Amino acid sequence: MKRFLLPLAVFILLVGFLAVGLKLNPREVPSPLVGRAAPSFDLPLLHQPDKRFAPADMRGKVWLLNVWASWCVSCRDEHPILMALAKRGVMPILGLNYKDKGDEATAWLKQFGNPYELSVVDADGRIGIDYGVYGVPETYLIDPEGVIRYKQIGPVTAAILEQKILPLALVLKE
Amino acid sequence: MIPEIGQFSLIVALALALAQAALSLTGAARGIPGFVAVARPAAQGQFVFVAIAFACLAWSFYSNDFSVLNVASNSNSSLPAAYRIAATWGSHEGSLLLWVLMLSLWMLAVSVFSRSLPDEMVARILGVMGLIAVGFLCFMLFTSNPFERLLPAAADGRDLNPLLQDPGMVFHPPMLYMGYVGFSVAFAFAIAALLDGKLDATWARWSRPWTTAAWVFLTVGIALGSFWAYYELGWGGWWFWDPVENASFMPWLIGTALIHSLAVTEKRGAFKNWTVLLAIIAFSLSLLGTFLVRSGVLTSVHAFATDPKRGIFILCFLAVVIGGSLALYAWRANRVEPGGRFELLSRESMLLANSVLLLVACGAVMLGTLYPLFLDALGLGKISVGPPYFESVFMPLMAPAILLAGIGPLVAWRKGDSAQLMRRLRWVWIAALVGALFVPLAFGRWAALTSAGLLLAFWILAGTLTSLIVRIKSGTKITSAFLGMLLAHAGVGVFVIGITLVKSYETERDLRMAPGESAELGGYSFRFEGVREVRGPNYAAARAAIAVQRDGAQVARLEPEKRIYLVQQNPMTEAAINAGISRDIYVSLGESVGEGAWTVRIHIKPFIRWIWFGCLMMAFGGLLAASDRRYRATRRREATSAADATVVRGSTA
Repeated sequence: MKRFLLPLAVFILLVGFLAVGLKLNPREVPSPLVGRAAPSFDLPLLHQPDKRFAPADMRGKVWLLNVWASWCVSCRDEHPILMALAKRGVMPILGLNYKDKGDEATAWLKQFGNPYELSVVDADGRIGIDYGVYGVPETYLIDPEGVIRYKQIGPVTAAILEQKILPLALVLKE
Repeated sequence: MIPEIGQFSLIVALALALAQAALSLTGAARGIPGFVAVARPAAQGQFVFVAIAFACLAWSFYSNDFSVLNVASNSNSSLPAAYRIAATWGSHEGSLLLWVLMLSLWMLAVSVFSRSLPDEMVARILGVMGLIAVGFLCFMLFTSNPFERLLPAAADGRDLNPLLQDPGMVFHPPMLYMGYVGFSVAFAFAIAALLDGKLDATWARWSRPWTTAAWVFLTVGIALGSFWAYYELGWGGWWFWDPVENASFMPWLIGTALIHSLAVTEKRGAFKNWTVLLAIIAFSLSLLGTFLVRSGVLTSVHAFATDPKRGIFILCFLAVVIGGSLALYAWRANRVEPGGRFELLSRESMLLANSVLLLVACGAVMLGTLYPLFLDALGLGKISVGPPYFESVFMPLMAPAILLAGIGPLVAWRKGDSAQLMRRLRWVWIAALVGALFVPLAFGRWAALTSAGLLLAFWILAGTLTSLIVRIKSGTKITSAFLGMLLAHAGVGVFVIGITLVKSYETERDLRMAPGESAELGGYSFRFEGVREVRGPNYAAARAAIAVQRDGAQVARLEPEKRIYLVQQNPMTEAAINAGISRDIYVSLGESVGEGAWTVRIHIKPFIRWIWFGCLMMAFGGLLAASDRRYRATRRREATSAADATVVRGSTA
């Protein structure tokens, strides 16, 4: 009798794992950067190349850093959501223009609208390496102390914005 | 109106399934002939209503009824008609309806082709299948209604995922599901036998053609899926060890083990418990596959929109059906009498070893598939398991299985003769060694793994041929079951040759080509003639023309495309392939890099067609075996003796 119970026992164990697995999201890859200070940089602005920006300038504010490029197809999907968010004025959105050409990037923003307070230029992608960028677009939520609180790989969807980013931003603002 | 008829039919089908399960199982347990008699008509009625529901959904797709949510989300008015119909099973809800349609089709088949079986047995079998139908119909009606309305109706649909707009979509899912769901018949036979307490050779003989038929469909379905991925995904791979592929491959492995184990149970009355367990596992893995695909617990290219409620429903269903049948197994299996004895060197022990190897291989695939989930559930981090794991674990397990498959048919039942076996294997050894050493020389490059793969392939081919010769010499009648077995084994050999040669000798180049430029690969020259814009029914494409020449003579003119599907704005690569027995030339178009130049990827894949041809041989072998007259002949004999028994019972009563 006992050895015939073995398949059942194995199966019960499997069901236990599957039940726990249902609550997990396999697409969420935790970034080692979450909970750490946002890597600093000092880059020229896209529209005013003679001016420069560093993340330290945003101290005391909750803000989003969005990695984008004019060659990136998914950025176009994400764009209307960023535009709407910018219009609501919940928090500043800053762009990191990644491995792009200046004139193409400005033309792209002219065509689709500019949700960014400003965009910095990371033409050779060096800052992207510091931030662990491996798919454009990526978005980082950064708190008043300059710590990354959330990282989104791939486009921000309306659901992610409403359920993850905005609630977290509200908590951080308090 | 039409979608409501479909919805109503599903509800009627659910009522019939409930009646079928409750009445026939009670009837068989208590011996109530009136209840037992419900099984067949209920199953047939259920098929009619599920078919009506399916036809209604297909009609909604065909007629562009965008007031049905499912249609609005998965179709579009500019989608060609064939794909609109195939879109019926392109969504989560629709594919469930296809699942249930296949289940009811198998039930219909059992109810029609089971005249020779005792009525109570049929009632138990259909009762168990009815229970499964209840689960799936409830799942559909309560969590995934395919007929949900969208009011106000959408002006147009969001279109079918462009990846699915392919002839493969028309054939691959129905075939695969036919196989998946077909194991429910073997499962129902096993549960019926456990309930009845009669696990014997007759039971095995009845199950065999059904199991083999399901396996044939699954083989064809998987092969079609692999072929589709090869030409559609644009980078020339044919198997990715993706969780959803594994979900279909695991039941296939166990189904293969089951077919062989059933042979022993029928011929020698041995391994009864083992065979029953395999039958339960095969179908359990089909259900598990459905769970993995539908619940979104794993990431996969096949991922559908997921909903936790659905996952919980299937998991509960899984727990009840599989848990219940394994509990029944634990309760009843120890009462089964042991079968005929056999020696270490005998066909029985070889078949047993083979089915254990297949089971372990399936376990290895399952471990790799679920490992990310296990680790994540234990909070040990997120990882993904890729092809290197599967290849390094799976191959060494399959190698001895293939060696055994080459010898198995040469060894006698019960007690083999080792001297005779050695004599018979003499030519097999020579053929395998010669093939393994000399074929790589023809390609000009030798590697240990290449030789090992070819050794296995020639071993099983030569072993199979020897079996045929031995059988002809012995003068025993050659049945279609025997021929089917040989053909399927030879198919494995052809399949292994294909894999080995592709893995060892495929070549590829990534190029930047401007109009007029040429490149060389594997003795062929490729001249890029430029790209022009073309319009399809629902896409715009850039179509390149590449002239392929060998020794100055034109071999082919290939036209790979880069398509943008207009509704979803998704880019898709359509590779162009020049197929051949000894090689495929495979060209796919990358991105435009300015001034008329494009990135182009060229592959030469030697003997890749042999992979799918081998699968077709296996499937055709299975078809031959399942259609063996023996099953029908014994049935008729069985039927007369059953009829006699009724007469006797009638006269004494």
